[in-house]
Amino acid sequence: MPSDPNVLCQPEAEREARGRWNPYLVGAGIGVLSWIAFAVANQPLGISTAISSAASVCALPVLGSDGVATNAYWAKFPLKWDYGMVFLLGTFLGSLASVLVSRTFQVETVPATWRERFGNAPGRRLAAAFLGGVIIMYGARLAGGCTSGHGISGSLQLAVSSWVFFLTLFAAGLATAAVLFRGRSQGP
Amino acid sequence: MKLPLSGDAALWLALVLGAAFGWLLHRGGVTNYNVIVNQFRFRDFTVLKVMFTAIIVGGVGVLALTQTGHAQFHIKPANMLGVTLGAALFGVGMVLYGYCPGTGVAAIATGSLHALVGVIGMLAGAVLYALSFAWVETHIQKVAALGKLRLPEVTGIPDWGWFAILAAIAGVVFWLIETKTRSTGAASRQ
Repeated sequence: MPSDPNVLCQPEAEREARGRWNPYLVGAGIGVLSWIAFAVANQPLGISTAISSAASVCALPVLGSDGVATNAYWAKFPLKWDYGMVFLLGTFLGSLASVLVSRTFQVETVPATWRERFGNAPGRRLAAAFLGGVIIMYGARLAGGCTSGHGISGSLQLAVSSWVFFLTLFAAGLATAAVLFRGRSQGP
Repeated sequence: MKLPLSGDAALWLALVLGAAFGWLLHRGGVTNYNVIVNQFRFRDFTVLKVMFTAIIVGGVGVLALTQTGHAQFHIKPANMLGVTLGAALFGVGMVLYGYCPGTGVAAIATGSLHALVGVIGMLAGAVLYALSFAWVETHIQKVAALGKLRLPEVTGIPDWGWFAILAAIAGVVFWLIETKTRSTGAASRQ
């Protein structure tokens, strides 16, 4: 019997461990970023509003420019190069810089934990990722924020809405993981 | 320098802060599908360590800044039905996707194709929300809308009291995580 079903094959585990920093230090670093964002820009850290504004571009072919312009949501959050959109771009670029410096770039379609449970078929993993993306963003908009805007920025301000978000998201995630990863794994 | 920054200066700051955020997400390991999913299976506690530390360190500093007049709060309204339904969907989506919106975008840079497909899904989800926005605003967001509430106002426990409680909880939880995962050998993957 394998000692720990969670142990990755050696090269993969090695790559994932390379360049990793202490998670407490990383958390403290994100906390300090919040200080700067609040004090210098008067903006909390956030991601999902910018993604939703960017989505108006995807709706253009379907709705036409009039359809997008008259939509009540995008009238409220129009696509523009504002603070949030540049922050989103920066998040991608910063991650890319870290990946390049630590030489950890690796194309991945089916991650180890998924493979152990559902096998190696890329179609199934990509379909789940797409569906998960749809659900997570609809939820983020309905709740008014994501793990950044609510989970970190809202919780650190002791906002009632954000703590309700944090605890509900965690409970729903635990339930989903219990259903999704129940029983025996399928192996590679 | 006049604060808060505006115009181009604010955009440059956004680029720098965003890049630092993306760098930290990758260095913290949370741009990794396995790390996020295994948090919800209690096999990896990296997400909890990063988030809880960020909340306490960030919260104490932002509190000090607001109390000295150097910052102001940005509280999201407690539309309880919308927040609860949205967070429940978010939890389901996060485990299916294996990332959240920020870590998903950052994970594309690591070479994760499924993170990229999920971001396309997120754009589709945002379109769906925009199309249903008018209906949701009238039928969901107005239900149990309590306004921009903070825990100190609701509970009567002052801000510093809350951070003392959170720090105590974090201390116990982190101690349990570190002692338990070390003894089972799972610490090798942290």
